[in-house]
Amino acid sequence: MEEMTFGTIVAVFEEIFGRGLFWIMVALAAIVTLGYVYVLIRDHSISWRKFLLAQLSMPIGAIAAVWFVLGMTSSSLGDLGGPVDVVVFLGIAAAGAVGIAILVYTIQSLVRPKQ
Amino acid sequence: MTKLTATRRQFFGLAAGGAAATALAAPGDARAQTATKARIVIIGAGAGGTALANRLVARLDGAEITLIDPRVDHLYQPGLSLVAAGLKPADYVVSKTTDWLPDGVTLIAEAAAEIDPEAKTVTTSGGQNVAYDFLVVAPGLVLDHDAIEGFSLDMVGQNGIGALYAGPEYAAKTWQAAQAFSETGGMGLFTRPETEMKCAGAPLKHTFLIEDITRSAGMRSKAEFHYAAPQGALFGVPIVAEKVRMLFAERGIGTSMQHRLTGIDAGARRATFAGPDGTTEMDYDYIHIIPPQRAPEVIRQSGLSWADKWTDQGWVECDKTSLRHLRYDTIWALGDVAGVPKGKTAASVKWQVPVVEDGLIAAIEGREPTETYNGYTSCPMITRVGRAMLIEFDYNNDLTPSFPGLIAPLEELWISWLMKEVALKATYNAMLRGRA
Ligand SMILES: Cc1cc2nc3c(=O)[nH]c(=O)nc-3n(C[C@H](O)[C@H](O)[C@H](O)COP(=O)(O)OP(=O)(O)OC[C@H]3O[C@@H](n4cnc5c(N)ncnc54)[C@H](O)[C@@H]3O)c2cc1C
Repeated sequence: MEEMTFGTIVAVFEEIFGRGLFWIMVALAAIVTLGYVYVLIRDHSISWRKFLLAQLSMPIGAIAAVWFVLGMTSSSLGDLGGPVDVVVFLGIAAAGAVGIAILVYTIQSLVRPKQ
Repeated sequence: MTKLTATRRQFFGLAAGGAAATALAAPGDARAQTATKARIVIIGAGAGGTALANRLVARLDGAEITLIDPRVDHLYQPGLSLVAAGLKPADYVVSKTTDWLPDGVTLIAEAAAEIDPEAKTVTTSGGQNVAYDFLVVAPGLVLDHDAIEGFSLDMVGQNGIGALYAGPEYAAKTWQAAQAFSETGGMGLFTRPETEMKCAGAPLKHTFLIEDITRSAGMRSKAEFHYAAPQGALFGVPIVAEKVRMLFAERGIGTSMQHRLTGIDAGARRATFAGPDGTTEMDYDYIHIIPPQRAPEVIRQSGLSWADKWTDQGWVECDKTSLRHLRYDTIWALGDVAGVPKGKTAASVKWQVPVVEDGLIAAIEGREPTETYNGYTSCPMITRVGRAMLIEFDYNNDLTPSFPGLIAPLEELWISWLMKEVALKATYNAMLRGRA
């Protein structure tokens, strides 16, 4: 690609999901992240009990992310052909795991504030 | 341990600051607009014409920009290969031409019928006379199906005949024929024309995909695959040709090089080829036909073509780095119609558009242009459902990988497939809007 500027990448993502959906997703991710930072600051510490459930949800997030990407692109695990494929694959799983962990932790903290 | 402390107000202040910073980083063309009254006419509102129009609107203030194109539908042609393999529905490639055009341009929904480069006018099929100061010709190319004796488009989809280049509905019919073949087996014959063609990788992709699908259907042992092409090598770039040769051997795909398809007998399912030893015939159960390709009639009739190169095809005579016409300095060629040694792909269009844009604006401003086109072409060569090779190269046949050291061009990778599946159409659409 000629110019991989920030603007190009945003434009490409807008086309993948549609402009509206993409920015809704960005907003949701930002809200969850802000919510997470908010409960951390509010509670002044991490609740390890809530963190446990968040951790337990991580494999689910990882599998869901991988399943989603494979399904959307008509591909399967057997198509992984080189080291970079494994890196991308693990990256997708990790993103799913971390994403769901933050989501679960934040929801718990907002729904059931500090006990 | 120090505890994080912040008041609610501080927290929301921080959040608002973050949002403002994001807004400031929003993309936009920072360059100042050039004021001009120039009349710019673009023939063809396909990949090249549309992308250029969007960029010119952003760069010029007061220019009169007119696009001439009779086609109501815009076609995302790289998607045709996926439609013809049953991976996407026909409407995956179809949108409206007007969906992509910016405000402030005029679209004349007629064909350009005549160009007079001396008088600087274009006459449309409806008889309108459009005068220009600068002209960009981007009408793509035409498929010469009549050149294949015994073949016509209404045959596609039946009797084992496929022709995916002809458009979305024909690509879908091609899949009907190819799918039937993948379930019953027999002889699969895959061809390409002798002329220059758009996306020279597409005939190979179709071969690889149908072979893979037949294998997955459990019918590979009952099917033979044969690739017949007029050229001496499987691909124009030697290092890629060698790689494809190895893959063909691995997958059991036979080849007949220097064989040009001249006709078919649809009833007998027999194809005729002109080869080095004269005429040969081959029987098939499935045949994929890609016809010879040429510049549209209007280009050839208007004296814009090369006189001594590609004389049977009529591509526009232009400088291969500036794309400016060699005899008429108010005319540029863009996209498939350009008479340059490489680059009949949408990926090339993406690199050519900024060059034509700069050439035009430099001409308006009376300065020397700075952008040049190096022949960049890209071809995500699908080798099976789920894997592709991200092949990029230039005029010199040098490989020019976008992600050197990360995505190997000659390796069959899942990430390259992901790019074709997810990012290619999005990048193409972003290009149409002038944003990539
Ligand atoms: C099967 C297939 C697979 C492909 N795969 C890839 C790929 O994987 N990657 C890639 O980068 N590229 C690929 N391409 C190539 C890519 O689609 C083309 O190179 C690209 O669309 C060229 O853009 P263009 O603007 O020159 O022509 P087009 O996009 O074809 O647009 C030409 C426009 O001109 C109009 N026109 C024609 N005649 C006239 C006239 N007389 N007056 C006015 N208007 C006229 C037409 O209606 C059309 O709208 C593929 C193409 C095909 C067919």
